[in-house]
Amino acid sequence: MSNFDWYPLWNSLRIAAISCVLVFFLGIFFAYYAARLPRTVKGILDVILTLPMVLPPTVCGYFLLLVFGVKRPLGMFLLQFGIKFVMTWYGGVLAAAVVAFPLMYRTARGAFESFDKNLAYAGQTLGLSNSYIFWRIRMPACRQGILAGTVLAFARALGEYGATSMLIGYTPGRTATISTTVYQLWRTNDEAGAMFWVLINLAISTVVLLTVNLLEARQKKAVKA
Amino acid sequence: MSLIVDIRKDLGGFVLNTAFEAEPGVTTLLGPSGCGKSLTLKCIAGIEKPDRGHIELNGRVLFDSAQHINLRPQQRHVGYLFQNYALFPNMTVRQNLMCALRGKYDRETRDQRVDEMLSLMRLEAQEKHKPSQLSGGQQQRAALGRILLSEPELLLLDEPFSALDAHLRDSLKIELRNMLHSFGREVLMVTHSREEAYDLSRRIAVMDHGRLLALKPTKELFADPGSVPAAILTGCKNIATAIKTGDYEVEVPEWGIRLQTAQPVGDNLAAIGIRAHYFNPSTAHNRFPVRFVEEMEEPFETILQFRWARQDQDSQPIWWRLSKDKRPQSFPKELGVAPANILLLYDSF
Repeated sequence: MSNFDWYPLWNSLRIAAISCVLVFFLGIFFAYYAARLPRTVKGILDVILTLPMVLPPTVCGYFLLLVFGVKRPLGMFLLQFGIKFVMTWYGGVLAAAVVAFPLMYRTARGAFESFDKNLAYAGQTLGLSNSYIFWRIRMPACRQGILAGTVLAFARALGEYGATSMLIGYTPGRTATISTTVYQLWRTNDEAGAMFWVLINLAISTVVLLTVNLLEARQKKAVKA
Repeated sequence: MSLIVDIRKDLGGFVLNTAFEAEPGVTTLLGPSGCGKSLTLKCIAGIEKPDRGHIELNGRVLFDSAQHINLRPQQRHVGYLFQNYALFPNMTVRQNLMCALRGKYDRETRDQRVDEMLSLMRLEAQEKHKPSQLSGGQQQRAALGRILLSEPELLLLDEPFSALDAHLRDSLKIELRNMLHSFGREVLMVTHSREEAYDLSRRIAVMDHGRLLALKPTKELFADPGSVPAAILTGCKNIATAIKTGDYEVEVPEWGIRLQTAQPVGDNLAAIGIRAHYFNPSTAHNRFPVRFVEEMEEPFETILQFRWARQDQDSQPIWWRLSKDKRPQSFPKELGVAPANILLLYDSF
């Protein structure tokens, strides 16, 4: 096993972790500010931000190629700085982040919407700064929802296949992830290898879902108390 | 030392348009739900922004639409006790109180102040508890303690007893009254309960449909509410349209009677009111034949409903409320009301 190529696991975890961090902050940012926008603007933004969740991931990948392809204006521009999202592992981060973003955004928005506004007002009248209120009162009160969103986003990013394969393809040791490896091994009749990665994937997903359930159970308990 | 408020806010279908001055001591905004009293508090605290107007506290302008002044809630030094007390659920009682002193004094002074407040509010044993572990009364004291630590120049109380069980209210009312007394500055309270308003406040402002109808010392308001909405809010049960027929006489067509009054009747009289406690079978004036309709019993009082002899059968019966030990054996043939107990009610606008 010493020569076994663990790269897909490492790459998948790396992509999922980094995109999860990105999505965590972006999701919270948009969830927080979308809630304050006028209704019509909010409705339009909401549709755009949620679309990646309902579109086939391949369609998301297609759009990403349209924007970041090396022959597209933005892709060419970024290439001047040595940044290339096509066929690179960090392109996988972009693909996973786009697809996982709506999960974080919607869960965080739900948590923020159920937040008792009076807590924020009370903080303001007591002279607390808005950033203190956000990080020390609003976020802890919405903690369970935000954690659940983060875990879901991580799980989605880890399992991303469609957009990833469109944008970064499959290159062993460079862009291979667990999901693209499973497909590649199955396609080349390496059933045992495919099964091994399937089991790895199953194990990770199970842990993730157990975590979500645990968080939800704790949240219910907190609401009761 | 005073609070001056003159604001207008249009919410489409509802317009808040109110102006008043509050003096030291407790002033209560009394009104039915949805009359704009909580919105008024929120405008003063800076949580809501009026469309136009002016708010001034002890000579400091908090809001002025003409001068484009709109201080943030943090800069207003106005304490706000929320209906649900708004204690931060993720913090202990002590941490909640500490929040009010953030960025002020040194660590030692802060600790000392919080200790003092915990003992004043009798919460020493609960200092490490989370708000969800406190009783309603403890939550109220913790929230009040947190506000007092922030040293506000004005205290706003939004329905302070609505989150409490009925049996707790009375004892907490006395407690709160004493605390407010020692606070010694302006307190503006909002409530729809006339008992709370009567008990706690020096002056009462009656609000209805976003407008201020009257601002009077508490006892004066109950003795002479002046308008129909104010009479209803102060608990007057018997109100009917009335016409001036003399300097000290009114006619009540719905009841088919004429009543003598103690106060001179104004030309724009709209209605008269008689409180349910004020009927008397043996009074010398304003006595008329009555017909008994129905009796409603309460634990210690009884309500006898009747109509005047010439009153329409379909019209609202009159309420006569008296303590059970004074209830007559048989219903009297005639009832009267002293001229001084006729409330003269005028058009409010």
